[in-house]
Amino acid sequence: MSKIKYVEHSGKEHEVDVPDGWSVMEGAVKNLIPGIDADCGGACACATCHVYVDAAFEDKIPAKSDMEETMLDFAQDLQPNSRLSCQIKVTPELNGLTVRMPKSQH
Amino acid sequence: MTERIVIIGAGQAAVQAIATLRAEGFAGSLTVVGDEAFPPYQRPPLSKAYLSGAMDRERLFLKPDAFYAEAKCELILGVAATAIDRTARFVALADGRSLAYDKLLIATGSRVREIRVPGAKLPGVHYLRTIADVDALRPAFKTSKSIAIVGGGYIGLEVAAVARKYDLTVTVFEALDRVMARAVSPILSDFYERVHREAGVEFKLNTGVEAFEGGGKLEAVRAGGKSHPFDLALVGIGIMPNPGLAEAAGLSCQDGIIVDRFCATSDPAVFAAGDCTRHHGRDGNEIRLECVQNAIDQAKHAALAMVGKPTPYSEVPWFWSDQYDLKLQIAGLIQPGDVQVLRGDPAARKFAVFHLRDGVVAAVEAVNAAPEYIVGRKLIGEGARVAPERLADTAIPMKNIS
Repeated sequence: MSKIKYVEHSGKEHEVDVPDGWSVMEGAVKNLIPGIDADCGGACACATCHVYVDAAFEDKIPAKSDMEETMLDFAQDLQPNSRLSCQIKVTPELNGLTVRMPKSQH
Repeated sequence: MTERIVIIGAGQAAVQAIATLRAEGFAGSLTVVGDEAFPPYQRPPLSKAYLSGAMDRERLFLKPDAFYAEAKCELILGVAATAIDRTARFVALADGRSLAYDKLLIATGSRVREIRVPGAKLPGVHYLRTIADVDALRPAFKTSKSIAIVGGGYIGLEVAAVARKYDLTVTVFEALDRVMARAVSPILSDFYERVHREAGVEFKLNTGVEAFEGGGKLEAVRAGGKSHPFDLALVGIGIMPNPGLAEAAGLSCQDGIIVDRFCATSDPAVFAAGDCTRHHGRDGNEIRLECVQNAIDQAKHAALAMVGKPTPYSEVPWFWSDQYDLKLQIAGLIQPGDVQVLRGDPAARKFAVFHLRDGVVAAVEAVNAAPEYIVGRKLIGEGARVAPERLADTAIPMKNIS
């Protein structure tokens, strides 16, 4: 289990325990945290689970795959710390991670 | 006024309907009845990550228990609905209960098509549709040396890919002359057959299975007049819709429950969504779609109609399949006679095939090519025309293609 903090665009915070091995997207969906749509269910096929990751953790999260890189191109309000949360696997190293959500996933 | 909504079938469509009904302000009672013992779960990973062991069962469930509690939705699981009384408006359940409704959503999905040959009931002959099916198949992977896969469709090939990871000897028997013939174009069929062959899978095309043989358990598969030894078999020859309850209740059905653009059946109090339905597709043809997208989108439109906000269903269908390192994504429905445009190089394991109908983008099949898929899906929805030579030119980024 690792603690992940999800911050909605409005600023509302949700801190939850997510099992290691799950994706950051699943941690949000399974805890009914709004703002991450994940239309495709985690297949890296929709770019609707876009988040901004905490700068302190950028080095601890494995680099983007080509697939994620190209899919992110279709997300709104892209920033250098943009990621697709379905592609971030929760590990003990990510305990304490904060992800922020964009204004909209579509 | 609608005060009681009952949903038959606890799958992807049910979850979407619950979410949309509550989001749209439906404040009445909501009950879902499903014949499987589990709350709604994702089926696509069953033949992929769940079968391979990469994903545990907990992760399959679409929503946590809190979702149903917050939505004040009662889940009745492990109990089949046995009849619909449309005059008195109630659903009879196998345990003797009956559920009164003002509006009913039938989302009974589909079941596997069974193979009707001698020996089909032998232990060792498996199907794949439910959690229980995979829980039975996965242990057999560990104790078997060889598997016969009957049917070279999505399920068969996804299982073949996982079986090779387990180092099983894999042979695919396909009655038609190419794999995934019902779902993809010949370029894709050839590509996937080659990839599987390179991974060590053997193919017997144009070869139907005549019998399963063995004394007490599967020992061989008879095909092409010969016996081939195997200790495991997986049959993936398609699915059949479950319109039985609707048919018995006198609703219009024809290989599926017939629904209009608002997902209403021939009874205005009864709606249907997902694999169990037949509808007029975007191009006007009557179709039955077997996919997650259709279950989600029809459930959304059915829910909107139930709360008095009908909007017509016209979303572009989409599908995906994971095999080895390949992500196949398809949008739209291909038809014979479409002009096919290849973008990229299959040898690079990254390419797409666009299908143009009268110059309009009608479908795209993308292998490890997400931009082609995403932009393609949008172009299909818009009915856009794009010159074939532009689509084929990988120097033009997909973002700027139209």
